[in-house]
Amino acid sequence: MMDERQRKYAKRNLVNKVAIALSMSAMAFGLVWLIWILWETIILGVGGLTLSTFTQMTPAPNDDGGLANAIYGSFVMVGLATVIGTPIGIMAGIYLAEYSPHSRLSNVTRFVNEILLSAPSIVIGLFVYTLVVARFNTFSGWAGVMALALIVIPVVIRTSENMLLLVPAGLREAAYALGTPKWKVIMSITLKAARSGVVTGILLAVARISGETAPLLFTALNNQFWASSLSGPVASLPVTIFKFAMSPYQNWQQLAWAGVFLITMAVLGLNILARVLTRQKH
Amino acid sequence: MTSMNTPVPVPNRNLSGLMDRLFGWSALGAVILTLSMLTGILFSLFVGAWPAISQYGLGFLTRSVWDPVQNEFGGLVMIYGTLITSIIALLIAVPVSFGIALFLTELSPAWLKRPLGIAIELLAAIPSIVYGMWGLLIFSPILSTYVQLPLQHLFGGVPFIGALFAGPPVGIGILAAGIILAIMIIPFIASVMRDVFEVTPPLLKESAYGLGSTTWEVVYQVVLPYTKAGVVGGIMLGLGRALGETMAVTFVIGNMNQLNSISVFEPANSITSALANEFAEASNGLHQASLIYLGLVLFFITFVVLSLSKLLLAQMRKNEGTKS
Repeated sequence: MMDERQRKYAKRNLVNKVAIALSMSAMAFGLVWLIWILWETIILGVGGLTLSTFTQMTPAPNDDGGLANAIYGSFVMVGLATVIGTPIGIMAGIYLAEYSPHSRLSNVTRFVNEILLSAPSIVIGLFVYTLVVARFNTFSGWAGVMALALIVIPVVIRTSENMLLLVPAGLREAAYALGTPKWKVIMSITLKAARSGVVTGILLAVARISGETAPLLFTALNNQFWASSLSGPVASLPVTIFKFAMSPYQNWQQLAWAGVFLITMAVLGLNILARVLTRQKH
Repeated sequence: MTSMNTPVPVPNRNLSGLMDRLFGWSALGAVILTLSMLTGILFSLFVGAWPAISQYGLGFLTRSVWDPVQNEFGGLVMIYGTLITSIIALLIAVPVSFGIALFLTELSPAWLKRPLGIAIELLAAIPSIVYGMWGLLIFSPILSTYVQLPLQHLFGGVPFIGALFAGPPVGIGILAAGIILAIMIIPFIASVMRDVFEVTPPLLKESAYGLGSTTWEVVYQVVLPYTKAGVVGGIMLGLGRALGETMAVTFVIGNMNQLNSISVFEPANSITSALANEFAEASNGLHQASLIYLGLVLFFITFVVLSLSKLLLAQMRKNEGTKS
């Protein structure tokens, strides 16, 4: 009798120990990939990085060059997409949080927004292709900007709504009691109170689109030279990396590693900055 | 805020009313724009795919020809590639994510929780092109040398299992794509699991501990049943991500339209990688329409999967508190 119980207890203990060990190895498994990827990126990326990476155009195979035009293209497209997408996202977030939080329209919008957040970004590229590129018959930087802006919007909507909802109702009520019109309450009270959270959302959106390749493949395409206008194809860092990394040429691959290093650092930096910002708030 | 004793001049009622209405309208406009994005995507893909839809109908989904030269198209190879890589990814990612969530909620010392949680979430922040390039140039050779070749040596003569590991020893193919997808979706699944585990009422857990349960028993018999809907929702979210992932898969899947072998080391193709590789060069007409048709299929599948995920997570939230 006693024996039976002890055996049972020992077995339960063993199962528990095995589960804990497996759980710890799962955690280690996750961390190993992160460290491995970052390690290779840093080692190979820094090795490929030179001053000319920032000053010269993308080269022909087996030629010297840099990534200047791709970096420039990425900056311009990411910047414009953020400028276009952010206000739309914030306004929609304001509607969801301040105007009618419980209406059917809002519920449907929240649902659709969650889908758009995780929808395959290559489909966004297809959408913009049929909408813009096919119509004007040319790949263009503007199409790339539009594709990226469409990715910004859902990210910003979600964070701005959540952050606006955190603002205590008393703050709004106090402002209304003073006779402040609604738009002014939103602009100078609630939005201001939720500022750091909204900024976090924007940073996360920028981080997300900085690394996006798929939506640019058949919108902005690529360009070996400096793009003077956005109405033609524009090079971007991710698409250039894709092209260079898949090539057999040594110098292209090296530049691709340098590009990967730059993107990874920028994206991780933005992510960490966003987290630091929200942390201060709580 | 102006000082209390000076009366504030009453603002022009009409002007501020107009501003109010304009502001409200533009907020509503932004919402409608978001909604029209979804319908716009569906509509434009449908229109773009129409030539292929009218040519092949739903039979497109089960045709395995893909021959731009003969102008013959069918989506089976890519659809199979997308599904099989995502399934492999789930097989790896689900148990690992569960382990990570268990560690973060029950085992980790408090001071380690946040940094470890952030580290796992950073895996999701790494752009997919980085995974792709790392997968192609670093991971595939290692996979081929240390996994594929030994497996081939071991099972080379065995009838069925041998065929599973056949293929050129380059490491790229279905398995490589599945593993990299798994790494990419672990953070999504793990963080949902962690979040839902954390909403389990402490009272439930403490009662179980009080009865002498071990950590594993508490998690497996109390926390997991309580959070079932949320856990499945998280898995669905990861699946949705895996199905639509483009760049990482394009780098390592090998981009070969074949269905002849069941080997997980054989290069194959997925919907997203076919789009990424062929779309910009596809001639107008049936080729392009067929690719858009594939995009439509992908969007439809992810839409269903993500909706399911969202509904399950919403149900989880609704039930919160009622069961405790």
